Amino acid sequence: MRNSCEHCCTKIENLTVRSGRNVILSGVNLHVNCGEVIGVVGPNGAGKTTLLRTILGEIAFQGRITFRVGGSPSQSPKIGYVPQKLQLDKGAPISVSDLVASAISRRPVWAGINKDMSVKVGKVLSLFAAEHLLKRKIGDLSGGELQRVLLAIAMTPAPDLLLLDEPGSGVDVKGLALFYRIVRDLRQTHDISVVLVTHDLAGISSYVDRIILLNRCVIAEGDPKDVLSDEKLLEAFGPALWNISCLPNSIANGKDAHGGH
Amino acid sequence: MAVIEAWYKLISMLPLDWAHYVFMKNALLAVLLVTPLFALLGTMVVSNRMVFFTDVLGHSALTGIALGVLLGFQDPVLPMLVLAVVLSVGINLLKNLTRASMDTVLGVLFAFIVALGIVILSRQGGFVKYTSYLIGDILTVTPQQIGWFFAIAAAVGLYWVIVGNAMIFTSVSQSLARSRKVNTFWVETSFTVLLALVVILSIKLAGILIINSLLVLPAAAARNIARNMSAYTWWAVIISLFSGVGGLIASYYWGTASGATIVLFAAACYAVSALAGAVRNR
Repeated sequence: MRNSCEHCCTKIENLTVRSGRNVILSGVNLHVNCGEVIGVVGPNGAGKTTLLRTILGEIAFQGRITFRVGGSPSQSPKIGYVPQKLQLDKGAPISVSDLVASAISRRPVWAGINKDMSVKVGKVLSLFAAEHLLKRKIGDLSGGELQRVLLAIAMTPAPDLLLLDEPGSGVDVKGLALFYRIVRDLRQTHDISVVLVTHDLAGISSYVDRIILLNRCVIAEGDPKDVLSDEKLLEAFGPALWNISCLPNSIANGKDAHGGH
Repeated sequence: MAVIEAWYKLISMLPLDWAHYVFMKNALLAVLLVTPLFALLGTMVVSNRMVFFTDVLGHSALTGIALGVLLGFQDPVLPMLVLAVVLSVGINLLKNLTRASMDTVLGVLFAFIVALGIVILSRQGGFVKYTSYLIGDILTVTPQQIGWFFAIAAAVGLYWVIVGNAMIFTSVSQSLARSRKVNTFWVETSFTVLLALVVILSIKLAGILIINSLLVLPAAAARNIARNMSAYTWWAVIISLFSGVGGLIASYYWGTASGATIVLFAAACYAVSALAGAVRNR
C-alpha cells in the first residue's frame, strides 16, 4: 500500500453534518490514500450514505474535505459513484445501452444508438461482466447486474475516487463476490482510491485494506484482520457496539436538561 | 409567407372536401408542428412523474386569464405566461428544498388556482365568455401563430439535442447525475419553464380541460411498447402525429371539437398499445 499522498488522496477533517436539530455525523476524520480500498462499516442510520453524499458535495457540512489529484490540490476531482438503490420504475423504457451511452457521449440517445456507439458501450460493459445486458431494460436487471452496470458507468472515464454505497443490498452472494473481485482488481489497473460503504463487516474484510467502524463518528479503524481479531470489538459488534455514543457531552447534557420538563 | 402559400396549394391538390378550406389547412399545419412537440415533452413528463404538475400548469391558464382581465390586458397571453413560469419555477424550487412528495402540495395548489380563476372570471356572470379557453379551438389558428409554433418547435428540438442525455440521467437518479457533474437543478428548471411556455402558448388550440391528455397520452402509449429511449421517443411522436391528423379530420366530418377528438384518437392508441404490450410480455 502506498501511504504517501503523492498522486491522489482525500482528506476529511473534523466533519460534522447536521439535519435540522439532529447530528448525523460528528467530528469524522478520514484519510483515503491513493490505491487504497476502504470499507466503512456501520449499522442503519450510522450516517454512511450521508458521508458519501457529503464527499460528493450534495450536503452542507462543517469541517474540511480536501482532495489532491496528481500531487496538487483539486477542487473538483472526478468521482465515480454507485448509489445504494435506484428507485427504478419497472416500466421505464431505458435500456442499459441508453444509460451507458448517455453517460459516455453527448450524442442524444433518443435519436437512436448507432453501431459505433453500440460497440463502445459493449466494450465498457465487457470490463464488468455485463456486455450481455446491453439491450435489457434497466428496470428488468437483477440487483447484481444493475450494480455492475452502474460500476461500469462510474468507471468511465476512470475517476480519482470511487464511492460505493451498500453494494450488498439486493445482490446474491455470487453476484456480490464477483462485484468485490472486480473492485479489488480495479485498484491494480487504475490509480484510484475506493470508499466502500456497507453493514456487512465479514463480507468485505478480505477485499479491503482498511476498515472504519462508523456510527455518527469513527468508533474504530484499522486493518481488517485486527478489527476482526479484536475480541472486545467483536464481542461488542452486536447491538452493543452501536450504542457507543459519540455525541459531544454538551449536546448530551443539553438533552438531559430538556428532559426535566 | 411563401411557405404558407405553397402549403395551401399542396393541400388543395388532395381530392377531399375539407382540403379546400383555409381554416383546415392552417389547423393541419399547426397539428403537424405541435403534436410532435407535445410528444417529446410528454416523454419526459411521464418519465419524471410530472403528470399532475403539468395538469396544474394547464389549469393555471384560467387564473392567468383572470389576472389579465383584472390588470386590464387586451391579450391575456402575457399574464398567463408569467403566472405559469412563476408557478413552475416555484414548484421546482419547493421540490428541491423539501425533497418531499409533491402530490398533496400540487393538489392544494390545483384547487386554489382553479377556484381563484373561476371566482375572478365569474364576477357578474361573465364566465361564458371564456369557455372557448376550456375547450380550445384549433380551427381559428392564424398563419402568424403557426410561425410562432414553428419557432417553438425548433427551440424544443434544439433543447432535446443538447439536454436529452442529461435529462435521462436526471430522471434515473439525481445523485448519480450530479456525481457526473450534471447540474440537475438547471436541467429540471429549464425543462419546467419550457413546458410552461409550450402549454400556455398552445392552450388556445387544445383547451385547458384536455391539454394535459395531449401531453401525456402519446408518451404513455409509447411506454407500453418501447424497450429503449429511441423507440419510446419515436413511437410517441408517431402516435401523437397520427392522433393529431386523424382526430382533426374526423372532427371535420363529425362536427365535433377538434382537441377532444384528437384526445380520443390518442386514447384509442393507448388502449391498442396496452394490449400489444400485454400480449408481447405474456
